[in-house]
Amino acid sequence: MITVSEARQTNEMIEEANLDVRTITMGINILDCADSSEKVFCEKIYDRITGMAKNLVKVGDDIAREFGVPVVNKRISVTPVAIAAAACKSDNYAAVAQTLDRAAKEVGVNFIGGFTALVHKGMTLSDSILIDSVPEALSVTDRVCSSVNLASTRSGINMDAVARMGSVIKKTAHSTQDKGSVGCAKLVVFCNAVEDNPFMAGAFHGVGERDCAINVGISGPGVVKRALEKLGDADFETICETVKKTAFKITRVGQLVAKEASARLGVPFGIIDLSLAPTPAIGDSVAEILQAMGLEHAGAPGTTAAIAILNDNVKKGGIMASSCVGGLSGAFIPVSEDHGMIEAVEAGALSLEKLEAMTCVCSVGLDMIAIPGDTPAETISGIIADEMAIGMINNKTTAVRVIPVCGKAVGDTVTFGGLLGYAPIMPVNRFSCKDFIKRGGRIPAPVHSFRN
Amino acid sequence: MKAIVTVLGKDKVGIIAKVCVYLAERNVNVLEISQTILEGYFNMIMIIDITRTTCPLTELADGLEKLGEQIGVVIKFQREEIFESMHRI
Repeated sequence: MITVSEARQTNEMIEEANLDVRTITMGINILDCADSSEKVFCEKIYDRITGMAKNLVKVGDDIAREFGVPVVNKRISVTPVAIAAAACKSDNYAAVAQTLDRAAKEVGVNFIGGFTALVHKGMTLSDSILIDSVPEALSVTDRVCSSVNLASTRSGINMDAVARMGSVIKKTAHSTQDKGSVGCAKLVVFCNAVEDNPFMAGAFHGVGERDCAINVGISGPGVVKRALEKLGDADFETICETVKKTAFKITRVGQLVAKEASARLGVPFGIIDLSLAPTPAIGDSVAEILQAMGLEHAGAPGTTAAIAILNDNVKKGGIMASSCVGGLSGAFIPVSEDHGMIEAVEAGALSLEKLEAMTCVCSVGLDMIAIPGDTPAETISGIIADEMAIGMINNKTTAVRVIPVCGKAVGDTVTFGGLLGYAPIMPVNRFSCKDFIKRGGRIPAPVHSFRN
Repeated sequence: MKAIVTVLGKDKVGIIAKVCVYLAERNVNVLEISQTILEGYFNMIMIIDITRTTCPLTELADGLEKLGEQIGVVIKFQREEIFESMHRI
């Protein structure tokens, strides 16, 4: 029987340390909706999504009620649209994005991911159409998220696509400039994108997946921070052990919710993604964990080591707790969504270059970073190329989600609202990489990709 | 099937009575109660058996929350599995 102190400990995590299930994401295959008529394709995907996910929000809310743990977001990911829509005779997929948006609104989910192209080695005509449609698609929709995989350890970096995405990000910033260039907050580029990630903006339902799956993202930076604060001056072994145990407990809650959601929806359970994903709320911050470890601010010397400890031990605890850990599992370091990161930027402790170093050991990459609106497209491509190289060489997922906010410069701030938070504009290295980016072509796969 | 009810708030006459009557009316059996009063604050955790209740669980959770508002305390209902999964391997 559960003891009173165990019950109290769990409720303390939920009520005081913001433990929550961050998202239940339903992955839906739309490959068999293919049709040469775009109109028919759109009708088919609308019916598929609204049919499969009609009970998703209710089930999420019921589970939250019965177990007393918040289920913050209910979301959907679909097969990469560039693949599913390839048969359509169309030269713009904005209408497909609008259909996804309508379907998301109909079933009540707050984001739908999968306006995606996988171009790490080369680009099909359909990939090219999708990429060109992104600025418009993100300006005429509210809930659609887009992602593009530009590189992988097995195939190298598609530098033509890297160059192109720099300008697509700029165009998206312009097309949504009346809303703080928020379109770029819903657009992410990847190296080694994962097929079962439940977190936005990068969620899509991979082609290696079944027709439908429930993936659950669980979070709780506040819980880890509290546990570390109680340790005082403990040594590193104790810190690692504490992070691991805490991650174990958090993941077990995710496993329970995932199994319950899967049974109630009659949909197979895919994976649990245990990612310490911060929100702008105080006490729900990854930067505060670093501070609890003994750093004055995120970005101080020692930060990369601290993130490495956190990321590795979150994985170790999570893997012990569930046999189906997947997605991105680790620690996210978005700037605008983490008030401790925002403070670190404002204090001058955290730079873009330090964030890049942190991405070598955290679970993803440069995330939710607002940069000056006049940053050249080539510079954005350069930032992307660096991040792709880190992912390719280190055999890990990396990503870039930067927002060149139109009309803003260093010293200004931008507010996206809700979970997306607000951000000070960060300075970008002003030296040019134009001639490097314009070379085009592909960076071949690294030597350690030849593993067969 | 078991669940845990936690009650927290300023102490007054009849908190346990009202919660127990509410549960009894819905055919819920109380298995264990642990209760303390600290500086005038009432703090209780009940382990209850919900196997035979006719009431849907979301309704039970909502009903207990509303009852808490009437009494002036915070009542939370949670199925036991969340604690089991977190604290037992």
